Amino acid sequence: MPVLWIVLIILALAVVGYIMGRQRALASAGGDSRKLHSLPSYYGSSVAIFTVVFSLLVLVCWLIIQPIVINNSVASTIPDTAIPEASSLGLVMSDVRRVANGLDLAVAGGAIPANEVSEISTEDTDLRGLLASVGVALGSDVSEPVLDAAQSYRNLSKTGNILMTVVVLAIAVGGFIFAFLRSHKDFRARNVVETSIRYLLILAASIAILTTIGIVLSLIFNTIDFFTLYPASDFFFGTTWSPSFGGGSQLGIIPLLWGTMYISIIALAVAVPIGLFAAVYLSEYASPKMRSFAKPLIEVLAGIPTIVYGLFALLTVGPLLLQVFGPNGTGWMGAASSVMTAGLVMGIMLIPFVSSLSDDIINAVPQAMRDGALGLGATKSETVKQVVLPAALPGIVGAILLAASRAIGETMIVVLGAGAAARLSLNPFEAMTTVTAKIVSQLTGDADFSSPEALVAFSLGMTLFVITLALNVLALYIVRKYREQYE
Amino acid sequence: MTDATSQNSVAGNERRTSSLYTLDARTRRRNAAETRFKIYGMTAVGIGLVFLVILLVTIVRNGIPAFTQTSFDMPVVLEAEALDPNGNRDPADISKVSTFGYNPLIEQALERLVAEHGIETEMSGADLRKMVSSGAAAQIRNTVLANPDLIGETVTFRVLASSRVDGYMKGRVTRDDLARDKNLDAEHLNIVDVLSEEGGLERAFNWAFITGSDASESRPEQAGIGVSMLGSLFMMLVVLLLALPIGVAASIYLEEFAPKNRWTDLIEVNISNLAAVPSIVFGILGLAVFIQLVGLPQSAPLVGGLVLTLMTLPTIIISTRASLKAVPPSIRDAALGVGASKTQAVFHHVLPLAMPGILTGTIIGLAQALGETAPLLLIGMVGFIASNYPDGITAGFLSPNSAMPAQIYEWAKRADPAYYERAWGGIIVLLLFLMTMNIIAILLRRRFERRW
Repeated sequence: MPVLWIVLIILALAVVGYIMGRQRALASAGGDSRKLHSLPSYYGSSVAIFTVVFSLLVLVCWLIIQPIVINNSVASTIPDTAIPEASSLGLVMSDVRRVANGLDLAVAGGAIPANEVSEISTEDTDLRGLLASVGVALGSDVSEPVLDAAQSYRNLSKTGNILMTVVVLAIAVGGFIFAFLRSHKDFRARNVVETSIRYLLILAASIAILTTIGIVLSLIFNTIDFFTLYPASDFFFGTTWSPSFGGGSQLGIIPLLWGTMYISIIALAVAVPIGLFAAVYLSEYASPKMRSFAKPLIEVLAGIPTIVYGLFALLTVGPLLLQVFGPNGTGWMGAASSVMTAGLVMGIMLIPFVSSLSDDIINAVPQAMRDGALGLGATKSETVKQVVLPAALPGIVGAILLAASRAIGETMIVVLGAGAAARLSLNPFEAMTTVTAKIVSQLTGDADFSSPEALVAFSLGMTLFVITLALNVLALYIVRKYREQYE
Repeated sequence: MTDATSQNSVAGNERRTSSLYTLDARTRRRNAAETRFKIYGMTAVGIGLVFLVILLVTIVRNGIPAFTQTSFDMPVVLEAEALDPNGNRDPADISKVSTFGYNPLIEQALERLVAEHGIETEMSGADLRKMVSSGAAAQIRNTVLANPDLIGETVTFRVLASSRVDGYMKGRVTRDDLARDKNLDAEHLNIVDVLSEEGGLERAFNWAFITGSDASESRPEQAGIGVSMLGSLFMMLVVLLLALPIGVAASIYLEEFAPKNRWTDLIEVNISNLAAVPSIVFGILGLAVFIQLVGLPQSAPLVGGLVLTLMTLPTIIISTRASLKAVPPSIRDAALGVGASKTQAVFHHVLPLAMPGILTGTIIGLAQALGETAPLLLIGMVGFIASNYPDGITAGFLSPNSAMPAQIYEWAKRADPAYYERAWGGIIVLLLFLMTMNIIAILLRRRFERRW
């Protein structure tokens, strides 16, 4: 039974449960709701909650676990001889899944009668052509073991689905009956409902932790896989980045880190002075009218998606720089994409980030300190330079660190604007590449994660995650510590 | 501060000959420094605003042409011998004639069109056909297949001009460019000039760009953003349906119920860190967990939506908590005082009062998710041509599709400059959506904001 139907049945059951539970409780009190422990709706809700929550939880877990279990049990039946040269179990399994899926589609589309599917063999049917006709493209002809595996995959999924339907519905009905029988005027329905709500809230709050765990685990496992295929020391200290999917790649992270740092430094060199001066001006000098006009406009820059900045770098800033510094100008620049292109555009993107964070921090400096300085005869700029900024310095450093972490993790601008060549060079007009850009190029459109060239993306991601996390934690620590100073 | 006082006393001993009416050199210097400092600040604000203006002007100037498209109005004789050789109007027979069978009809139609306007040319029909989109044959064929009775008649079709002709009309392609281009010659442009003066060639608003699907690399004139817009819509539905309830529930717990303990601290630190994790890392998570582990289909809006949900959750949680916090404790106390339970106080009184703020935060989170590209690259929402509308709701969530920003990226990567125009145009569409969402958020805030 399709999952959608199961969910709809459960929900219908819950609605019925709500009405019936409410009525049963009312009936037990002789129709007088004052004799109930809780409001009538709580009795209904408790039946609905017991019907829905557990069955849906089981359903979700089942949907996640079933493919993994079936995959493993089918994979163990594939003989080693069935795995072609230069291929892997993972690739064969993805073929198996595709064939199984194709057979399902073929049955659904009426290309094969349902009762003949199990007798299909590779000899007398052109399986590849058949599957292509229902929209499943295969890279090669289907071999006998793959077909067998696909058949057992289909059988297992079928059994699994039937079992899932039965179990989930049984749990729903069980919860329904259990809670329905409890609906009695002395039953403390409100306490039960409120406790369940509390647990649901906790569950929702834990998703943040689950996400972090998910990120860390998915990065760690694949990184470990990568390091079994490629030595860690070569990855961290190698100075050449030249992946080739044929083997013999050199995957040193140093050039990528250098590109990332270089672009981020240029971006910060643009964003920090402009952002900081803008923040100082807007918070110390500007009239309220000017402030209410300029501040939101500058913050519009932060709301523009990064793909827009990427396109701006690729099609506008790059060609513009090329005109000035290219072969017709000073001759420093070879192509439109360069460290400078990406850095400048990223700097523009970061201006509102620096300015609004610094603005908050400057505003948090107590007015008394400004008044004190002004009272002693300092000019406004002297007050800012010698009193306000030093007092706000830790917060501003925190803001800059946050901006740096944003710059390091930025993807679209560098993918479009910085170029693809990994090199260690000091010339800012040369194309370089970054960690994020290489994650994209190593993982896009690639479904097989067994080669070091694809897995390296996970170690790059891990490096990126660790660096940005460290910067964020440091920045938050500094900002928080500073904030407490004046509160 | 003893140093300062001693210095001052030294300074005080010197004879001062200045008066309040004439500024001494030092005051002038300090005042100049003050003016300079102020100018720096104004320049910084100015630079920021100038960048914004430049960005917007660039987008609009480059993107507006994508909303118009040049097309030919030409009568095509649908010859019965060519299209239905057996003469029985059997749809199966007609569909045997491939698009190649329609090319001669287009060529004849073009030759007639050129002759009608009295243009002398030595070009053959096949050469003339370069002015027309290569999708024209398919367009005519589909019309004929849908309506076989048209065979044998003369029907006026509006067919798209090729991207080069379109580019010439918009000023993107110049005659100099064509010297190195084998797709079109200067002679074609002479014809185009005459036709555009005398009618027969028209530049009209391009609905196909807004509603249409992506096209292959060689037919930029046909590419549209409609299908990927639908992909974005389905993703946003997933984000809204998951992120809003989960985010609100999490914030209610953290703000109203959570005891101060390590677990709560851990959750809070986690949320603030997740808000700053680079978006591409969420893409890696989606790839590893949703596609590799759970086995959800690649490129599906459902997966995109899930990834973006995880990415937007921190934003929504942070803004929801702020608006819950803004509800004064007296409301809670009053509810508790008349006998409501804690849960009732929160759900019946605090939550409704915080709702405008929560919705504002959610809309801003959605806008952020709508423009996000990097994670979508990793879960495979690029690299193919989103050519079909999904058939049905389930297919909308599960069948491969693109999303607006991913589609823009895809166009930006293609070699033909005609696609750049599409990319800018796509950005205008995307920004219009974002602007609408933000304006709604601002209006909501204005309308319902309450000062306690």
